[in-house]
Amino acid sequence: MPIPVTIRIQSGDFDVARETAALVTGRHDIGAVVSFIGICRRGEGEATISEMTLEHYPGMAEEEIGRHVDEAKARWPLDGVTVIHRFGRVVPGDNIVLVLTASAHREAAFAAAEFLMDYLKTNAPFWKSEKRIAGEDERVWVDARDQDDAAAARWKT
Amino acid sequence: MKVLYFAWVRERVGKTEEVIDPPPGIATVADLMQWLIGRGEEYAHAFAAPQAIRAAVDHAHVKHDARIAGAREIAFFPPMTGG
Repeated sequence: MPIPVTIRIQSGDFDVARETAALVTGRHDIGAVVSFIGICRRGEGEATISEMTLEHYPGMAEEEIGRHVDEAKARWPLDGVTVIHRFGRVVPGDNIVLVLTASAHREAAFAAAEFLMDYLKTNAPFWKSEKRIAGEDERVWVDARDQDDAAAARWKT
Repeated sequence: MKVLYFAWVRERVGKTEEVIDPPPGIATVADLMQWLIGRGEEYAHAFAAPQAIRAAVDHAHVKHDARIAGAREIAFFPPMTGG
């Protein structure tokens, strides 16, 4: 039976409680929902930022996330998945990404949420640029991190 | 075929997308990058370090040796930093 999957790329914020309710209301087979919320950090020292802008590749972003959700569904017994990723301007403290995974038991929900985030970081077509306060608000592109590649690589079987 | 550029690749090329008609013999993503470099300084700057550039053909990630015959949309961009 197909499970409910929601994938949205949006400029506005998301409401975690509402998205969770949408996933579990009326269901009596779900015993665990894991939520991951990625939040814009302010950074520190030279790297302190005033704002961040997220650019994305419309069309491919949804498709790429969809492919990873399909893989997560194949690997774990999931009963529902929601992925929401914001684009545009955010400031420190703002939400950036939401991953919800629902399952009968916690193990699958935890593992699938971590898997999805690791793949999202390295494969979903989004690019962050930030304005650094020390650089008189000059906009710089955020570099990809090797540790994110390593995190995604550990799921390869 | 349509070519799209994102993030600093877009900034260096100076456009978000364009329609191109590469000559026969441009068979792979790597060939296409080399051909683009020959189109002008801005492209040479954007593709100066090809190993730093990722590519997608019709919304799917590909390696640089991927063939481009039949592609409708090819995108070039730096490593992704979402999430």
